[in-house]
Amino acid sequence: MKVAKLARLDLAPDAIERTTAQLAGMLEHFADIDALDLDTVQPMTQPYPLQNVFRDDVVVNGLDRDEVLAAAPASEDGRFRVPPILGLDS
Amino acid sequence: MIYTAGPATGNEILIDGWELVVGLEVHVELATATKLFSASANRFGDDPNTNIDPVTLGLPGALPVLNRHAVELAMRIGTALNCTIQRSTFHRKNYFYPDMPKAYQISQYDQPLNVDGFLALPDATLIGIERAHLEEDTGKSTHVGGNGGRIHGSTYSLIDFNRAGVPLVEIVSRPDLRTSEQARQYVTELRGILIAIGASDAKMEEGSMRCDANVSVHRPGEPFGTRCEIKNVNSIRSLGRAIEYEARRQIDMIEAGETVRQETRHWDETDSRTHTLRVKEDADDYRYFLEPDLVPLAPSAEWIKAIADAMPMLPGARRARLGVATGFPADGEAIMVVVERGQDDYVLAVGAAGGDVGRALVHVKEAFAEASATPKLPAGDLAALTTLEVAGLLTATQAKTVLAEIVAAGGGDATAIARARGFEAMDTSALEAMVDQVIADNGPAWAKYRNGEDKALGALVGAAMKASNGKADGKFVTALLQSKRT
Amino acid sequence: MTARTASEIAAGVRSGTLAAAEVLEQHLDRIAAREGEVHAFNLVMTDQARRDAAAVDAAVAAGHDPGPLAGVPLALKDNMCTRGIETTCSSKILEGWKPPYDATVVTRLAAAGAVVVGKTNLDEFAMGSSTENSAFGPTRNPLDITRVPGGSSGGSAAAVAAGFASVSLGSDTGGSIRQPAALCGVVGVKPTYGYVSRYGLVAFASSLDQIGPFTNTVHDAALLLDVIGGHDPMDSTSIPDQHPSLLDAIRRDVVGLRVGRITDLPDGADPDVTERLEAAFDALREAGAKIVDVQVPAFGYGLTAYYLIAPSEASSNLARYDGVRYGLRVERPDTNAMYSATRAAGFGDEVKRRIMLGTYALSAGYYDAYYGKALKVRRLIADDFDRAYEHADVLLTPTAPTVAFPFGSKTDNPLAMYLCDVYTIPTNLAGHPGMSVPFGTGQHGLPVGVQVLAATLGEPTMFRAAAALERAMS
Ligand SMILES: [Mg+2]
Ligand SMILES: [Zn+2]
Repeated sequence: MKVAKLARLDLAPDAIERTTAQLAGMLEHFADIDALDLDTVQPMTQPYPLQNVFRDDVVVNGLDRDEVLAAAPASEDGRFRVPPILGLDS
Repeated sequence: MIYTAGPATGNEILIDGWELVVGLEVHVELATATKLFSASANRFGDDPNTNIDPVTLGLPGALPVLNRHAVELAMRIGTALNCTIQRSTFHRKNYFYPDMPKAYQISQYDQPLNVDGFLALPDATLIGIERAHLEEDTGKSTHVGGNGGRIHGSTYSLIDFNRAGVPLVEIVSRPDLRTSEQARQYVTELRGILIAIGASDAKMEEGSMRCDANVSVHRPGEPFGTRCEIKNVNSIRSLGRAIEYEARRQIDMIEAGETVRQETRHWDETDSRTHTLRVKEDADDYRYFLEPDLVPLAPSAEWIKAIADAMPMLPGARRARLGVATGFPADGEAIMVVVERGQDDYVLAVGAAGGDVGRALVHVKEAFAEASATPKLPAGDLAALTTLEVAGLLTATQAKTVLAEIVAAGGGDATAIARARGFEAMDTSALEAMVDQVIADNGPAWAKYRNGEDKALGALVGAAMKASNGKADGKFVTALLQSKRT
Repeated sequence: MTARTASEIAAGVRSGTLAAAEVLEQHLDRIAAREGEVHAFNLVMTDQARRDAAAVDAAVAAGHDPGPLAGVPLALKDNMCTRGIETTCSSKILEGWKPPYDATVVTRLAAAGAVVVGKTNLDEFAMGSSTENSAFGPTRNPLDITRVPGGSSGGSAAAVAAGFASVSLGSDTGGSIRQPAALCGVVGVKPTYGYVSRYGLVAFASSLDQIGPFTNTVHDAALLLDVIGGHDPMDSTSIPDQHPSLLDAIRRDVVGLRVGRITDLPDGADPDVTERLEAAFDALREAGAKIVDVQVPAFGYGLTAYYLIAPSEASSNLARYDGVRYGLRVERPDTNAMYSATRAAGFGDEVKRRIMLGTYALSAGYYDAYYGKALKVRRLIADDFDRAYEHADVLLTPTAPTVAFPFGSKTDNPLAMYLCDVYTIPTNLAGHPGMSVPFGTGQHGLPVGVQVLAATLGEPTMFRAAAALERAMS
């Protein structure tokens, strides 16, 4: 299933089947909004209308590298270590 | 100046009858103190993972807050590129990659900050700018094991997030470029602008300026061909080579009856070729949606005006100004070089100090290649030197010698140095007598010259220089001969 | 078990007549007695709480004022970052993760003298309405341990209901504070979007999430919200204006207040619940309020809009759990395989379901049909509410359609579970405040909550109405 791949979820075939059925059921239920005439409605993307929120360009000391790397699954030479990067787009 | 359409195409820029179409996407890192959405330092070359914070690492619960200065620098870029600065929003571009901490990049999508501008190449060709938008940089992966740092065949990779979240402006040109040389000029010009406005140090070798090229070929009059995007071009020189290689590759394919696939290709410096990185397919599903953790960015008219009012003079205008002052062509080598080095103000200062700006331009171009924007030599000293030259008291060669001495000493009196070196220049009346003698001795050449054969002038000047044992100033001699022709 | 209110505790501790340490021990005793069966907490922070309480007492002894929450034992939903203390979101993918920073609310609570007793259980990543979706086992309703406490902030609701903490914080994305508050018989508030900083709250759906209090009284909720509310420069969506004091607001009566009854409210609430709602209208009328009829036609479409918008945002917010920088990693020979294996092992079924739903709703070719359309419905709902608020100052609805339900009764049918939030969701979509006030009992003697809704930044009015309901019950 393309969606599981996009979401990077390694699902067993039966799980995919079950989830697909559940999602289909939900989407069927969510078709209730198809009855609405939304052509002239502007999408609402912000619950509270703010704009131009900034911070000043001033350095604040960040996190301690050792503390952060200690919590990482794998690290080496002050960096996070990952298996070979294959099959991913850069 | 109003940008209208792409540049006119002429047959002289066709390759075997094929027209090349190039659009460039240039990413520049902004010269801010901190990152785009957080307060850790934006600094190149620090120890790995020392400029990190919850936002940079995409820790759970961390939230972005927009850096005002980054916006200001982006607005300067928009202004310099003649863009409209507009209300804009941020989107999430979702994709998984280990150097992308949140698994999405915050970028501007359908409402970028700067739109619809243009950049004028030195020869006044206008290249359209589609947009120049703000976004965050990724971290850096180092591939360990395998063949020399390449991703393929590596045994593992290490990630440094210092660069993650560094503010970028992505400048997208319209597909208006028709030659690799134009592409080089575009990037060179853009770089000059970015440095002049203080937006970026624009160092391709350090990655603070990165360039992707969209290349296609087609027969003139036919629709554009399928384009390939070339990544990993690390210098302006490589950019030209990569475009040329890619154009050739596409032409050869089409002529062999094959079809060009839309794909992302990688420029490999070691074998001077482009290689397939990935084929564009529907796997490229970034699921863009408005970043709910940020609010719209809508610069006020006053803010936009303040940015415009504070704009420094840009390279193109500075070249034009120097061209007018010196009479040299504005897109000629001397002016290009001196303005690129930022030494044009100095050249003009020499003029203001009573010197000859043309000679000053040539001296500055040749003697101050290593110098910073303002050479460490009082403009008055160089002015005095050029005055001696104009008066014919020093030859070009002698002037160079004197200048080298003044530069080494950080200043000095040209007259005194010339005298000390025994450069007793001929005075004007002596020179005039000598030129008269040359005319008398070279009757046939003089006659040709008077009859309109300009080529004959060279022989006369050469004879005069010889007669003066090289002490006469060639330009002055030329001027004297010209004045005697009429 | 007569727990003193936070207001009383703080007043006593500040005046030196009550020791924070003593108050804490009473709460720790109750935890020791019942936490085993209730399972409200993922972590009880006994040692640190004792140190903090001692520090509060020492401050008082030294003549300093520890602040408006001096010595108040407080529980935090385990999706708020606490520096050096495990923050798991009840997910295996974050098990053992200790954030290197504090959420803004945590910093503010500490500055106000509160004593954090523990991190409470939740539906994994706040996705659920029963706290059955926790990777560490469900929380039980302290009023009937065969029943759910509601969710997703079930642990925080249960902690207050069981007297484990005087007050607690939860987060509400579609009802996750108000619904468990109703099911556990406590007060729960979802403030206006932007009222409380989200910095350090692990995101579920960023445009809907808000932190809010669980308390035993409306007064305590006002006290707590006055402490945690207000502008935070670390959250770009934080409202910059100064909020008026809610403690002041609740002193006012409701004479002349226009209380709206939504005549086209979707039905589906049990009769015992609607009966209590009617009683609430009566109580406010008796207190001098005017009951008016209003319409919110798009109310019923909230569920659909919500279940497209929230999973979409969640699919993006939860993409960062990739096994690279923190949390679980399942080793695989390449990074892409490691991602998929890690996420498959680390997330529970409901989280996966919502990630898949959201990924689908945002994906190329489906955006307009699902996510894009949902944003338009969201606008319709907000506009409908705005029109209703021209005629009414507050609206009353049931908080949840039913009283607390038995474990497992809805776990097989995601849609049935989603319907628990039918009355709470539209408020999140509109960005408005809402709160649940316990208003008597229904079936099986279980508590019923009445929901008070108000327009953007209508907290003072909402609290006035809530206080009036509370007075009517005492
Ligand atoms: Mg691009
Ligand atoms: Zn970009």
